[in-house]
Amino acid sequence: MGSLIASRAAIGDAFLTTLFLAGVSGVLSLLLGTLLAALRVSPYAPLRTVATVYTEFLRNTPLTIVFFFYVFVTPSMGFTFGYKTAAITALTCYTSAFVAEAVRSGINSVAVGQAEAARSLGMSFSQNLSLVVLPQAFRTAIPPLISVLIALVKNTSVAGAFSVLELFALSKRLTNVHSADVIAILIGIALCYLVICIPLGRLAAAMERKVAFAR
Amino acid sequence: MSSGPVLYDVPGPDEKKRERLVSWIAGAVLVVAIVAVGWRLAANGVFDDRWRILLEAPTNFAGYQVGDIWSAVFRGLLNTLVAAVISLPLAMILAVLLVSLRAAPWAPVRWLASAVIEVFRALPVVLVMFFGILVLPGASPLMAVVFGLVVYNAAVFAEILRAGINALPAGQTEAAYSLGMRSGLIYRIIQLPQSVRMMLPSLIAQGVVLIKDSSLGYIVGYAELLRQISRVADALTDADYLLPLLAVGAAVFVTLNVLLSRLAVWVQRRGRLQRRGARVARTATLVED
Repeated sequence: MGSLIASRAAIGDAFLTTLFLAGVSGVLSLLLGTLLAALRVSPYAPLRTVATVYTEFLRNTPLTIVFFFYVFVTPSMGFTFGYKTAAITALTCYTSAFVAEAVRSGINSVAVGQAEAARSLGMSFSQNLSLVVLPQAFRTAIPPLISVLIALVKNTSVAGAFSVLELFALSKRLTNVHSADVIAILIGIALCYLVICIPLGRLAAAMERKVAFAR
Repeated sequence: MSSGPVLYDVPGPDEKKRERLVSWIAGAVLVVAIVAVGWRLAANGVFDDRWRILLEAPTNFAGYQVGDIWSAVFRGLLNTLVAAVISLPLAMILAVLLVSLRAAPWAPVRWLASAVIEVFRALPVVLVMFFGILVLPGASPLMAVVFGLVVYNAAVFAEILRAGINALPAGQTEAAYSLGMRSGLIYRIIQLPQSVRMMLPSLIAQGVVLIKDSSLGYIVGYAELLRQISRVADALTDADYLLPLLAVGAAVFVTLNVLLSRLAVWVQRRGRLQRRGARVARTATLVED
């Protein structure tokens, strides 16, 4: 317990790094994922294909492989990233595929009449999508999107194994130094994750109830 | 809404022309981008003889056969799958136990079960694996990996099953009560089996997540695919060989998981045909990776 209190500054830093990784890659993957979902329902076949292949490939690859690729393999291909950049890139690539699926299932849940009415008013595909369908799709997609973000927060722990000093990497380091205090340290680190994830989960559940009543 | 041509009108002749034009331009831009990336990669030597490692071992490493390389890679894959295959049934059993405790008649037991589920769902799997390797007495890396996968996925499976039970029509339970069944019996032979069946697509999707997560064993020193690949590249003292080996491993993972996902979709479709009109619970939102 004492070692936990003694290293509270380091834990605070690591906590912020975890939040930073999750925040930056969360925003990036929301943008990229929405774009991918839009491409997947667009009238242009080549764009649809690209978006589908990307989503299917990354959804079915373990995150560890994606990290391994960006951290260890890209240098042999002539590109080098910093560790944090590599981590954010890997997390964004991986998470955006899940965001795309959540948004797409949201799009699929919008009643057909909405899009038909928009069409009959003479709206184009992009007007239809951006003014009528996507705003409603996001509403349904919010609970699954929060689940994706919770998964993202937990997934940042993989970055700890690839040279970014966030909570998981810190737990490794601290348990090495204070080997008598292993359980207290791990519980302390676990609490840091719970502080982020459990409120997010509650939020998702509350949103889900709200959306369910609204329909 | 099917994501087909609901968002845009069936194209007339002008629109068809425009659509074809945009498709061609987009296709051309894509081809140019791919060629540019490919050219850049080729300039960096990505398409050089490193790919030959999949066919023959480098000549300057006497005694190193291509068979050794392939067997190392496939042993890694096998180890990954072994961890997943051991964890899957254990997680399922623990999940049934947890979800049953959560419906127990004694409130403290219920609270404890829901606390366990909440906490382990919110923890990173790697952290649980790491906990396993440090705290479990005499834990091998395999045991740590299985521990992490079982504890986490049991919590998620338990949530899926609970959602399934909640989504059952109330008439099922009422009918069972009116036949004189006790609540434990109803739970065991009426609610739980139907929940498993209804949530099968979600359960399979979470199974895919479990298989993917088994590769986290890399981080706790389990000799799985990535560890084996790095060992081969280390033995050949050339990081260039990582790319072809990783490509093989990723291809196997993607194929396996796509097949399983197809299975989930098929099961879902079959279920929908069988119970048309019945409410299928919020399946997609429950899977966590």
